[in-house]
Amino acid sequence: MRALVLGTAALLVVSGCGGLGSDASDALVTMGFGLPDEHATARVAVFRDANPDVDLRINEGAFDEQQFLSAVAAGDPPDLVYAERRKLGGYAARGAVQSLEGCVREHGVDLGRFREAALRQVTHQGEVYGLPEFSSVRVMIVNNPVVRAAGLDPAALSTSDWSALPGLADRLARVDGGRVERIGFDPKVPEFLPLWAKANGAELIGPDARLDDPRVVEAVRLTADLVARQGGWASFKAFRDTFDQFGANNQYAAGQLAAMPMESWYINTLATNSPDADVTIAPFTDRDGNVLTESGGQAWAIPKGARHPELACRFLVTMTDTQTWVTAATARRDALAKAGRPYGGTFTADRVADERIFREVFAPDGNRILEQGVPVVLSLQDRAFALPPSPAASELVRAWEGAVNRVLVGQQSPEDAMAQAQREAERALKRVGGR
Amino acid sequence: MTVSAREARAGWLFLSPWVVGFLAFTAGPMLFSLWLSLTHYDMLKPPTVVGLENYREALSDERVGTALYNTVFYTALHVPSQIVLALGLASLLRRAGRAGGFFRTLLYLPVMTPPVALAAMFLLLLNGQNGAVNEFLGWFGFQGPNWTTDPVWIKPGLVVMSLWTVGSTAVLYLAALTRVPLERYEAAQLDGASPWRQFWHVTLPGISGTVYFTVVVNTIASLQVFTEAYAMFFGARAKASAEGDAALFYVIHLFQEAFGSLRMGYASALAWLLFAVIAVITVVQVRLSRRYVHYEGERS
Repeated sequence: MRALVLGTAALLVVSGCGGLGSDASDALVTMGFGLPDEHATARVAVFRDANPDVDLRINEGAFDEQQFLSAVAAGDPPDLVYAERRKLGGYAARGAVQSLEGCVREHGVDLGRFREAALRQVTHQGEVYGLPEFSSVRVMIVNNPVVRAAGLDPAALSTSDWSALPGLADRLARVDGGRVERIGFDPKVPEFLPLWAKANGAELIGPDARLDDPRVVEAVRLTADLVARQGGWASFKAFRDTFDQFGANNQYAAGQLAAMPMESWYINTLATNSPDADVTIAPFTDRDGNVLTESGGQAWAIPKGARHPELACRFLVTMTDTQTWVTAATARRDALAKAGRPYGGTFTADRVADERIFREVFAPDGNRILEQGVPVVLSLQDRAFALPPSPAASELVRAWEGAVNRVLVGQQSPEDAMAQAQREAERALKRVGGR
Repeated sequence: MTVSAREARAGWLFLSPWVVGFLAFTAGPMLFSLWLSLTHYDMLKPPTVVGLENYREALSDERVGTALYNTVFYTALHVPSQIVLALGLASLLRRAGRAGGFFRTLLYLPVMTPPVALAAMFLLLLNGQNGAVNEFLGWFGFQGPNWTTDPVWIKPGLVVMSLWTVGSTAVLYLAALTRVPLERYEAAQLDGASPWRQFWHVTLPGISGTVYFTVVVNTIASLQVFTEAYAMFFGARAKASAEGDAALFYVIHLFQEAFGSLRMGYASALAWLLFAVIAVITVVQVRLSRRYVHYEGERS
């Protein structure tokens, strides 16, 4: 019997009854972070070089909310978590991650060098809960030959005049018997609803924000109408799903799209796959013609109950340090040069790091897309807004995206859909105990 | 100790791994889930008991209604299509002679496809603008619908996709068909019965036990449909419910509440409501089976 008990115990141990953390006193475990390129590997190398005694364990793979929260609830979390800033803000509000105030103070981190929108997303009740990493913004990418063929000037294409956008879409799109052959103007909803709402002066998250705000409803009506004019959602989306977005025969190269707002990282993809594509990269604008963009990206945080908070603090401070970013950018540029590919820059949430990277490291080497697009993205970084943290962020996003989808497929009017979304949002906010 | 007592003890000893596993990994979690369904629990704070509030909320949740409708609609389409096609294929296989083994393997191979890979493949095949399915329909002069983006066609599209794994049911039917005594067909032929009457009066009663089993199993599986629909329409953020909840099945809604909104108590209540729905449907099927299912050796 004794042998049976010991055998069972041994089996439980070797079969990994442990969670994401590690009992080893010097092991530092991360979650949600991978090592796909030099931006990651070079920075990790900086930390390893400075901390040779630390057993750093990078658990590669995408961030898994279920796994993370289960580990926190079970009291066995990783030491570090790498996730979208919008989600981290929610975790801070729910108490799943620790305040970094002590960490920042101890290491003398100058929070002023982080971009305001990025820092705001990881700040809850005045305390910082994460250190921001990359920073992506949204820009307009216009397919010049298609727009010119329609007798329009790509440089004059703007999102300011909402009354002109339907006509623009009509002129640029090509739909034949219900079959979409070219999208003229893709408003990229529901994902970009916060941008369209903000362009109309409305917020989607915040103390006074309401999803059924008439300005939000107007944004939904406009964008849904644009889609309806270009074949309707079913055909429009089916056609969009056929895009070879990350290939050489992408929607711009293949002439399948005239214009759309898009995340700035796509400039790099285009520059690599279609360096000769004739595009115009310009800022998105609000209804008054002012430049407008939304910022997004990831951040590092230390989960509640982490075993090695001090080591974790040292790691995230190193990973987001200005000099570490410059080292990583240089390594990335050199590796791409070896592969004969262009380096499109490294856009971080650290203003000082970006200044150095784009002064000392960035070299577009004649790539027209980068020469044109990078300055636009850089000029937008400090002007971006970001959705503020909310403990009910996931539910709010689901509420408004679901509402826009119901409008797009014709199930509801914009008013009814956003009224339902507001009801869902109120229930979610009530459940989690405030905004 | 008597022989039967010793046998019983040995029996329990051999069964004990399963019993321990059942108690630890099935019955225990079920009871825990039943208790959680009476609480608010977000995984980060201890559960607080709220009585039947979660059940009351579920009954008034608009999305529960949508999800339940989608799930029942899918089940009503999926189960008959799966059974008719499987039975047709099994009948053909039975006539395949020496090539039967080859075709049986060929038919079963798709069942081995991982569901997520299947979902990715069918997103391409069913694309309304340039998918292979519509290209095929085009050869016959039909303009296929937007299977993956039109809310009206999403569930039929998912049913079409589900038929990819019809092989497992077909193999069961093949086994059942081979057990129908040949003399019954001979007697029917002597009486001048047409092939259709032979099928209706000999084959179907002969395999009714298997049909009943596949109806029950497929119904339960359909009511819990999740993986393929989730991978196609909810997995990537960009695709999340992009078709106006047309593919929002009950378990997907439950999953979103549990792991998207961290409402473990509410999700547990949803799980128990689904359990109740499945139990009711199964009881109805059992009752009906008494009238329509014929087992070998039974007196008619």
